[in-house]
Amino acid sequence: MPVTPDDVRRIAKLARIAEPADRIAALTAELNGILKWVEQLDEVDVAGAEPMTTPVLSALPLREDAVTDGGVRDAILTNAPKAEEGFFVVPKSVE
Amino acid sequence: MTDFSSLSLHEAVNGLRAKKFSAVELAEATVAAAEAAQGPLNCFTVIDGERALDMARASDARLARGEGGALEGVPVAIKDLFAVKGVETTASSNILKGFKPEYESTVTQNLWDAGAVFFAKTAMDEFAMGSSNETAATGPVVNPWRATGSDAKLTPGGSSGGSAAALAAGISYGATGTDTGGSIRQPAAFAGLVGVKPTYGRCSRWGVVAFASSLDHPGPFGKTVKDAALLTQVMSGHDPKDSTSYQGEVPDFAAAADRPVKGLRIGIPKEYRVDGMLGEIETLWREGAKWLEAQGAEIVDISLPMTKYALPAYYIIAPAEASSNLARYDGLRFGARVEGGDLTETYEKTRAAGFGREVQRRILIGTYVLSAGYYDAYYLKALKVRRRIYEDFTSAFEKVDAILTPATPSAAFEIGSKAKADPIEMYLNDIFTVTANIAGIPAMSVPAGLDKSGLPLGLQVIAPALDEETMFAVAGALERAAGFTARPEKWW
Repeated sequence: MPVTPDDVRRIAKLARIAEPADRIAALTAELNGILKWVEQLDEVDVAGAEPMTTPVLSALPLREDAVTDGGVRDAILTNAPKAEEGFFVVPKSVE
Repeated sequence: MTDFSSLSLHEAVNGLRAKKFSAVELAEATVAAAEAAQGPLNCFTVIDGERALDMARASDARLARGEGGALEGVPVAIKDLFAVKGVETTASSNILKGFKPEYESTVTQNLWDAGAVFFAKTAMDEFAMGSSNETAATGPVVNPWRATGSDAKLTPGGSSGGSAAALAAGISYGATGTDTGGSIRQPAAFAGLVGVKPTYGRCSRWGVVAFASSLDHPGPFGKTVKDAALLTQVMSGHDPKDSTSYQGEVPDFAAAADRPVKGLRIGIPKEYRVDGMLGEIETLWREGAKWLEAQGAEIVDISLPMTKYALPAYYIIAPAEASSNLARYDGLRFGARVEGGDLTETYEKTRAAGFGREVQRRILIGTYVLSAGYYDAYYLKALKVRRRIYEDFTSAFEKVDAILTPATPSAAFEIGSKAKADPIEMYLNDIFTVTANIAGIPAMSVPAGLDKSGLPLGLQVIAPALDEETMFAVAGALERAAGFTARPEKWW
């Protein structure tokens, strides 16, 4: 079994998702099912294969290092769950 | 009076230009049809009659002056993954409930610039993660198609299921979708429509809610190959705001749909003959090859030995990219927030409440395969397998001009029928479509026949990168031979 309930709790912590205690067993089983299924990739000979991160063949384009956008503070704050005086309001993070 | 629901996109464009009806009449009929269908089909997240009429009036004014773009005055439904300025855009997720973007996606802007009329956003699997539209925060979308003699509710497929359902119901004349593993082509096959996933980079991803950036492809649904080709043409084009956007010119795709297929070499990959595939699909596939042969194409048996590894590679790469992309939903700057005692608890509670189960599952898988100690064994390995799949296609396209396969291993299935099953059973829906996302090459599904229950089945055409023209030519030839004109009987 690749992952244990403790692994799932650790992954959920890394992913910042509060998984309730009664979901851990089911998630462990689901994740193991998927991970076992993807293990068939071990059959493939990948010696010398360059990892492929994108189907784009050309190099990423470059542009002038210049400001092309900005000055839209109010538009950005429109969808904030909480905003005051031009700032996002977030829960206290430093004691 | 014109039966607006039966018009194709080209018929709507031509009817407007010939002043047979006005854009306002067309918009009014579309909005009324959308409102009437929303209860039974649940295919929309937003219906905006006011904006539709405003845009239609502007189109009528342009048409009266003898002006107007390629889609002037024609309503097009927009998948809820595309940002439309000032209109709620949620990716069918509770975490984006109430989010109204202050910007417009490049693809939708291209549509409006060509004169298309906005009237609705369509429901989808949450964050495009699903193959049945059952993971939408607004509940399952219902396929207008039903099996003969049955009133069981079928899925329109997913993730772009709302777009497919709306278009199949005759409510729109085109629709946008996105395809990360088959999310345009599978719903198109389930709803008797044409669905196009262009080459990666043809359609800008700017303003499209990200799922798996290296696999996400915006594309259209059409009632006909030519409609879908024109929509692809309008939606495509270089966009400096997407660094992966292709810089070359956009060819005349609509014209390509009429090109003869004489002399083209069409590959039939033996690996697409999978266990458990319906006999009717295999028969239809053979028939499709005969149709192309009868029009002068040469049928060539080919092998794509890496095919079976595409789906497992996808279920590492896509969740990995998703876990990174979806990290932005932290409840601080936009979207829903659930307050916790401190910052970390706020993140955790917000994401637990805002994301549905399938999305959480994929984020966890993605987080795991990218985590220290597992990155090489899973993620890096999958990227190397991706290269092998890409090489499969590269060698195949040395021998053939296009590849013909089934679009899906089955017809539309009942809503809820896979709810208790292993998640992998749902993932297998994408077995024929996902390879083209892995390789970034163009692929589309074309309705080709009905199964014994009267449900549509599709064939898939795959072409080399940037050769959508050959793909549309082959699809056009299949469409002409199939003579597929079936539409669902109206019950909604």
